[in-house]
Amino acid sequence: MHIVDRRLNPGSKSLENRQRFLRRAKALVQGAVKKSSQDRDIKDVLEGGEVTIPLDGMDEPRFRREGGTRDMVLPGNKKFVEGDWLQRPNQSGAKGSGAGEGDSEDAFRFVLSREEFVDLFLDDLELPDLEKRKLAETESEGLRRAGYATSGSPANISISRTVSRALARRVALRRPRKDEVEALEAELAECDDETRRRELVAQLEALKAKVKRIPFIDPIDIRYRRFETVPKPVAQAVMFCLMDVSGSMSEHMKDLAKRFYMLLYVFLKRRYKHVEIVFIRHTDRAEEVDEDTFFHGPASGGTLVSSALVAMNDIVRTRFRPADWNIYAAQASDGDNMTSDSGLTGHLLTDKILPVCQFFAYLEVGEAANYTFDMPDSSLWTLYERLRNEGAPLSMRKVSERGEIFPVFQDLFKRRSKQERV
Amino acid sequence: MGSSGERLFEGADWDFQTLQRVHDACEQIARTELGLDVYPNQIEVITAEQMLDAYSSVGMPLFYKHWSFGKQFAFQEASYRKGLMGLAYEIVINSSPCISYLMEENTATMQTLVIAHAAFGHNHFFKNNYLFKQWTDADGILDYLEFAKGYIAVCEDRHGRETVERTIDAAHALMSHGVDRYPGKKTLDLRAEEKRAGERRQHEESVFNDLWRTVPNTKAKSKAALTAERRRALLGLPQENILYFLEKTAPRLAPWQRELIRIVRHIAQYFYPQGQTKVMNEGTATYVHYRIMSRLHQQGRLTDGNFLEFLQSHTNVVFQPEFDDRRYSGFNPYALGFAMMQDIERIVKTPEDEDREWFPDIAGKGDVEGVLREIWSNYRDESFINQFLSPALIRRFRMFHLHDDPAESQGIKVDAIHDERGYRRVRRELARQYDVGFVDANIEVVDVDLDGDRRLMLRHSTVKGAQLNETDTRRVLQHLADLWSYDVALTEVDGTDKVLKEYVVSPRAAAVAA
Repeated sequence: MHIVDRRLNPGSKSLENRQRFLRRAKALVQGAVKKSSQDRDIKDVLEGGEVTIPLDGMDEPRFRREGGTRDMVLPGNKKFVEGDWLQRPNQSGAKGSGAGEGDSEDAFRFVLSREEFVDLFLDDLELPDLEKRKLAETESEGLRRAGYATSGSPANISISRTVSRALARRVALRRPRKDEVEALEAELAECDDETRRRELVAQLEALKAKVKRIPFIDPIDIRYRRFETVPKPVAQAVMFCLMDVSGSMSEHMKDLAKRFYMLLYVFLKRRYKHVEIVFIRHTDRAEEVDEDTFFHGPASGGTLVSSALVAMNDIVRTRFRPADWNIYAAQASDGDNMTSDSGLTGHLLTDKILPVCQFFAYLEVGEAANYTFDMPDSSLWTLYERLRNEGAPLSMRKVSERGEIFPVFQDLFKRRSKQERV
Repeated sequence: MGSSGERLFEGADWDFQTLQRVHDACEQIARTELGLDVYPNQIEVITAEQMLDAYSSVGMPLFYKHWSFGKQFAFQEASYRKGLMGLAYEIVINSSPCISYLMEENTATMQTLVIAHAAFGHNHFFKNNYLFKQWTDADGILDYLEFAKGYIAVCEDRHGRETVERTIDAAHALMSHGVDRYPGKKTLDLRAEEKRAGERRQHEESVFNDLWRTVPNTKAKSKAALTAERRRALLGLPQENILYFLEKTAPRLAPWQRELIRIVRHIAQYFYPQGQTKVMNEGTATYVHYRIMSRLHQQGRLTDGNFLEFLQSHTNVVFQPEFDDRRYSGFNPYALGFAMMQDIERIVKTPEDEDREWFPDIAGKGDVEGVLREIWSNYRDESFINQFLSPALIRRFRMFHLHDDPAESQGIKVDAIHDERGYRRVRRELARQYDVGFVDANIEVVDVDLDGDRRLMLRHSTVKGAQLNETDTRRVLQHLADLWSYDVALTEVDGTDKVLKEYVVSPRAAAVAA
């Protein structure tokens, strides 16, 4: 009998099969991921989880028989006698027998790991202008020589180090040199004296045995070049969430904004080792707050968008040097702004904010019932539209339903050719 | 033997020495008391995750890669995580050495049970049952799988993953119609098979000459001469092994595609006996573990506590819900098989008059182990039940036979119950439920229109009015047509050759054959 411990073997032999399945079902799974991310809280998106995909197209057909007369033998008769008649269970419902199993699982649940989920979720998305600043997408690790090791891959054997250790060992253990042996052999060839001759033969044999015992290169001599991984500088990003919280912003609107921010966060998290979030809320004056206050704290007052931009600009100046940070900003608002503020807002945006931002998105949120297309353009929208037409790199969208968040987000970040503008 | 005294282990913990001790103790009983004859054992300890892995590759330690195994895995993992499904305690492979997987989280008692069950019960059955002897090659299977895995991987490199996948998908769809049901002259020798595959490949490579590609295909020499009869005979028709037929005669398959079909076919054939001996195989293993565990307890090598733990799992395994129980899903092969083995033991040792009348050959014969070993070697589920299901057991299970004719408006008829008049009918009907000839649809390749459009013609002889499910049938035929690369027609006929339904499917344009 033979016992083998397989527990340490790499598990998930099925991983490859699973990936094949995922690849094959990609369109289906992707659809399911999008659907499920609309239904649940966006922060759960980071948790991965279960998606349900229809079996159509993923099934494996076999010849199957159905119908006809059926005979079955069952256990557990209590009261029937031969010749009794039983009522049929309601059509096609519960089957009385074990026949016909494996019929249909209408849909089929698939548990995605967090990685897989987010991957599929963000597939095809890309941050604009990443190349412009030549920043690594993720943290990368470099290799550096770090001395020698006793184990390693054959490709890394250090020949000079190995040879010199072998030499040291041979010397230390007094491995006979070649010329010693040759000298003895020469002497033996010329020697006539029988006793001396025997002596020589014995010596020679001893020497040869020693040569055999002490190999030229021993496994213990072998040294491998060792490498160490060195972390390269970490790419980092900061995300500014700007939101108008004046009385006109309803809970619904905040919810839409929140979803957008969450998506942006998940997205940035994928790209950068380190993502900071700054929440700035504003009425007619702006303040930096924590997440909870940002979304739930009550506030009231008039609206001055410029105040938020001023605040953001200050924070960037003091805490996030544009040379070191990738700066992203998303502004959510219902679009109301004091007309008198327009000039200042435009000025701040074009001169201060946009030049340091990788990406600035403006999300105009509306009430659920409103059809975005019917909304008259708000004052802010009109202003941004104008700036955009003048060439400012602004992205803007209108949203009024939860379901629209993801498509809009995806639309904003879709991979596109260089010329195309958002 | 009575080598009593020393406990195999205390409590629930075990280590490798324990397993060794347990194995040796079981072996002692298995060989001397039960007279079992087994392949050498190899016991592998694995984790729950690896167990799930093994599930999805039909229990094999190595298997080729295919998406459907991934789907299987995801499916099982999901139901496992949700607690809908427990994991089997063990998986055992019909190979030599016979590999039994043990899960690491089993207690020492469970490991003992599993070793007795798999490493001796199943192992003996695999080695001695005539179906396994006839159809499987325990020495060759692991090497063959290794070869299959490698071959398919190479094909994927050469011809692209998707092309290979399409071919395997198609072969999988026909897998249940890729077995020989009746033994021919050849027994399976997978090692030679593997060698031949290698030689074929080498030969093809050595004789490959691109020049031949430009030579026009040879025309049929004289098409007039072949009569329909002779043509069918030449093609080996009718043929129920559809995969075999395709492999040998499909006109436009590349050699590697034929090899893939051969692989799927061999694997189907390898598993074929397992489907026909579920009740017997599980019954044997359960009976063996029960005997061994009881003996170990008697010898004082298992504590009372451990034995109670064993009895609890044993009872769960052989639990048979009744038909009106929510947990009912057909006969539990463990329950039925174990009950029959015990019943045979009873008949051999202490028969009643009824048993003497029903089983004159074995009643009161005395040599329980000898009789059982004989039965284990020479029957499959259908013949086993037909021969050995006793009235006593029919009564104990309170079995009854229902006849459901959709044309009958009164409902489902109770045709026979566990009484004098019903025993034989119940037994016959139950045996029939395990008859593969009866359970699988009877589909044959009947002809190829060689003069015309090369249409492949199949026939399904329906039984008791059951026809094929239309959606699935179209899909399977689509796969078949893709492999055949010309039209495929299937007719369904009843007992009087009346045509009930006809299908014709054309191959997809850029289908499999290149």
